[in-house]
Amino acid sequence: MSDDRKPTELPAPRASTPRLPLRTALAAQVSRTAAALSRATGRGDGSVIGGRLGMMIDPDLLARLADGREIALVSGTNGKTTTTRFTAAAVGVLGDVATNSFGANMPTGHTSALARAGDTRYAVLEVDEHYLPQVIKATLPKVVALLNLSRDQLDRAKEVAMMAQLWRDALDAYPAVHVVANADDPMVVYAVGDHPPARITWFSAGQRWQDDSHVCPACGGHIERWSDGGWFCGNGDLRRPEPQWRLADGKVVDADGVAHEVPLQLPGTVNLGNAATALAVAARFGVRTADGIPRLATVASVAGRYAQVDRDGRLIRLLLAKNPASWLEAFDMADDAPTLLSINARDPDGLDTSWLYDVDFSPLRGRQVLVTGDRAMDLAVRLEINEVPFSHVRTFGDAVAAVPPGRLEVIANYTAFQDIRAELDRVV
Amino acid sequence: MSELTIVWVYPDLLSTYGDRGNMLILHRRALARGIPARTVEVRSDEKLPAHGDIYLIGGGEDGPQASAAERLIADGGLHRAAADRAVIFAVCAGYQLLGSSFFAKGEKCAGLGLVDLHSDRGPSRAVGELAGDIAPELGLPPLTGFENHGGRTHLGAGVRPLATVTTGVGNDSVGEGVWAGTILGTYAHGPALARNPALADLLLRWATGEENLAPLDETWTGRLRAERLAAVGRS
Repeated sequence: MSDDRKPTELPAPRASTPRLPLRTALAAQVSRTAAALSRATGRGDGSVIGGRLGMMIDPDLLARLADGREIALVSGTNGKTTTTRFTAAAVGVLGDVATNSFGANMPTGHTSALARAGDTRYAVLEVDEHYLPQVIKATLPKVVALLNLSRDQLDRAKEVAMMAQLWRDALDAYPAVHVVANADDPMVVYAVGDHPPARITWFSAGQRWQDDSHVCPACGGHIERWSDGGWFCGNGDLRRPEPQWRLADGKVVDADGVAHEVPLQLPGTVNLGNAATALAVAARFGVRTADGIPRLATVASVAGRYAQVDRDGRLIRLLLAKNPASWLEAFDMADDAPTLLSINARDPDGLDTSWLYDVDFSPLRGRQVLVTGDRAMDLAVRLEINEVPFSHVRTFGDAVAAVPPGRLEVIANYTAFQDIRAELDRVV
Repeated sequence: MSELTIVWVYPDLLSTYGDRGNMLILHRRALARGIPARTVEVRSDEKLPAHGDIYLIGGGEDGPQASAAERLIADGGLHRAAADRAVIFAVCAGYQLLGSSFFAKGEKCAGLGLVDLHSDRGPSRAVGELAGDIAPELGLPPLTGFENHGGRTHLGAGVRPLATVTTGVGNDSVGEGVWAGTILGTYAHGPALARNPALADLLLRWATGEENLAPLDETWTGRLRAERLAAVGRS
């Protein structure tokens, strides 16, 4: 089994960069230069523009840059940035790993990440769920990790069931890919479909959000659930597979049934689940779990998420919550401390704020709650109905001034998070 | 009335646009007036209760919308409720179900036929802020919401829209939603009753027969409405 292979027994890596055709080499060089210019001029981290220019010169650039590397793709609605970061850290036991650590998770970002990394044997790429089929085709990955599928950005994202079908069709065409998939999510189990069982590793990391999987994606029947996390379709189409990797008593249990303590800097059961997934993916590359675990503990923040900043005696921690499922997770991670909620509804956030009513904010009762952001009034009305007392502040600075010294939890959606991060001097 | 019963129809199928919010808001606004009230969530494999006072139907994706129509037709409960002049408030996909037909996954599907209307596919998806002037007889302030739908809805002769569109598309860029007796349909999410508390109170008045409901503190709903209406150039 490849899990047991030592790194030295793997075939020698093929040097990718020197073998690139001239056009591809030029494209990769332009991509790197553009990204560097973008960063230097403060326009961003440059992943997107660099990748876009490179792909204009050589449309097959991503496939060519991927050629010869052992690649893992990580996709899903939630947790993919953190899981990618953890996986890259764990696979790093074996050697250099190319990764799109800035969350640029579309093909332009992948192209840029691979061009920037130069000649690495391994790559771990976060992939936007819509682009997974295209990126599987271009990169022929060794492993694909499927985390979950739930509602996100209602005004433009594909319907959840359509996304599951899209994944299923994509995997159908690539039976040799090894899939590491979430047994708790009926949508993911449907997406894995009839993939060869020997090429599937099921994991269970618990799942709080279930409102997008009451209905079986195969037949429209009801998904029945047991309190222990088990589920099955009433018509017998689909049932929860037995997970090989799982969480138990705050530990990660591997495929051999060995329980591991996994000390992390990132908070919450959700991140322990992300760590378990990363270790399961890394195992497919031959990383021994005991070797991978210390690497995960080095991850202190992910693109500013979970970062802690001391400002005027307030220990501020930033949590990103993009959709109902990730709000529930954020409440689980947050300490019982003053909490600032910030909501925008700009393009990257999704324009419809109705999802606020899919989130139960009652876990915040008893904490000092502050609201801000472009759509603070939507949040105010929601909290009033939820009977969660709150006060409204105009700016992040006002929020800091309004709470006593000590912990301040900040939970924000995408652009609101970026705004606050900018105010905190782009902490990473 | 002993206890006001608010029935949420098929949250397992039709709850894509924060539709729980409309139920929570009605419940809270009833209790705040001292009106005893309870909520009942009815899954699509359960029978609809016969004696609900307010029935809520939410938005959903094409597949679940088609399933919901089939199950509601087979159940017959909503027809009985309508015949008993129960209050029905339907949003988006749920609104389209009220008519004779709608399109889901490219196919024409039979609706419940509770109101003389039908829906087909529009030239493009309507996504964005929706605002309009509510039928003057209802005496309500302007409607504000967010719409996201590919359908267009055509009202039969003698059936009135809930509002006249001033921003967005609604039924057909002119009318938005429907008002037929104690049935209201709308394309507005937000959810609609969060942004339009007067509409929530209208449903409560219809259901209870109380003409005068005690005023509630509308500080935050007022600010939300002012902000959303200002965003589309209305005051």
